[in-house]
Amino acid sequence: MNSWHEFLSMGGYAVYVWPAYGTALVVLLANAIWPGRQQRALLKELRRRSLPSEERPT
Amino acid sequence: MFIWFHKLASPPYFYKFAGVLAPWLAWLSLLVIAAGLYGGLWLAPPDYQQGDGFRIIYVHVPSAWMSMFVYMVMAVAAAIGLIWRMKLAHAVSAAAAPLGASFTFIALVTGSLWGKPMWGTYWVWDARLTSELILLFLYVGYMALNHAFEDRRTGDRASAILALVGIVNIPIIHYSVKWWNTLHQGATVFFGPRAEMPPSMYIPLFIMIIGFMVYFAAFILKRLQVEVLQRERNTAWVRELVAKS
Repeated sequence: MNSWHEFLSMGGYAVYVWPAYGTALVVLLANAIWPGRQQRALLKELRRRSLPSEERPT
Repeated sequence: MFIWFHKLASPPYFYKFAGVLAPWLAWLSLLVIAAGLYGGLWLAPPDYQQGDGFRIIYVHVPSAWMSMFVYMVMAVAAAIGLIWRMKLAHAVSAAAAPLGASFTFIALVTGSLWGKPMWGTYWVWDARLTSELILLFLYVGYMALNHAFEDRRTGDRASAILALVGIVNIPIIHYSVKWWNTLHQGATVFFGPRAEMPPSMYIPLFIMIIGFMVYFAAFILKRLQVEVLQRERNTAWVRELVAKS
């Protein structure tokens, strides 16, 4: 590659190359974010359950 | 060493270990993948037949490779869980399945986007593509079955059997391009006098495969943390952990 323009146009294959990388990016990012969020939600739920019922926030 | 492995199999120790290791591996994978992308998308020369369209290889081949590798991890863990009734083994299978399904999905989509300009079609029902699609269904079937029962242990055992039966599909995917006349190109020769790729093309590919492996290691550990928490929610160590947090 010699220029940004050449890079972005991918020799005319841009409409195939970039969606391929875009799909991978979206799927891999989702897989990276999801477990951490699930872990926090689960810990929160377990904490709520561990409190005696009168102290539980509703 | 053996004592360390034994310790690692205990859920509270594993939970802590995974929590420390996962972020490091995640950043490492980002670094390696960035290097692979720079090599593949910028430095590597265009292919003499496919021009810059061949660059889809740097995401397609690593994800296709991972789709099979993760299946083997899932199936071996399922077997260990069935035979030795090791708790953590079933958790490994359950954590691997969504990642394997994701890699399979990426392999199918990127392959399809590669097929359109090169073959003139997004999809054909040839042996390689069909067996890879079956792999996706195996992952999805595993996940559905794993969660289909009230009792988690029943789900673990039922889905483990599905994972083991599904192993027959892996050699079919691998050898499909040899056994049948497929539209999908055969395996590329990398080394020796018949090498089809210069190092500037295949080195980024290997870097990408390593990057995807590290990514998988990072996020199976993260998913395992969630699995372990869910499965051990009524134990003393989880209660202690929750109280501290």
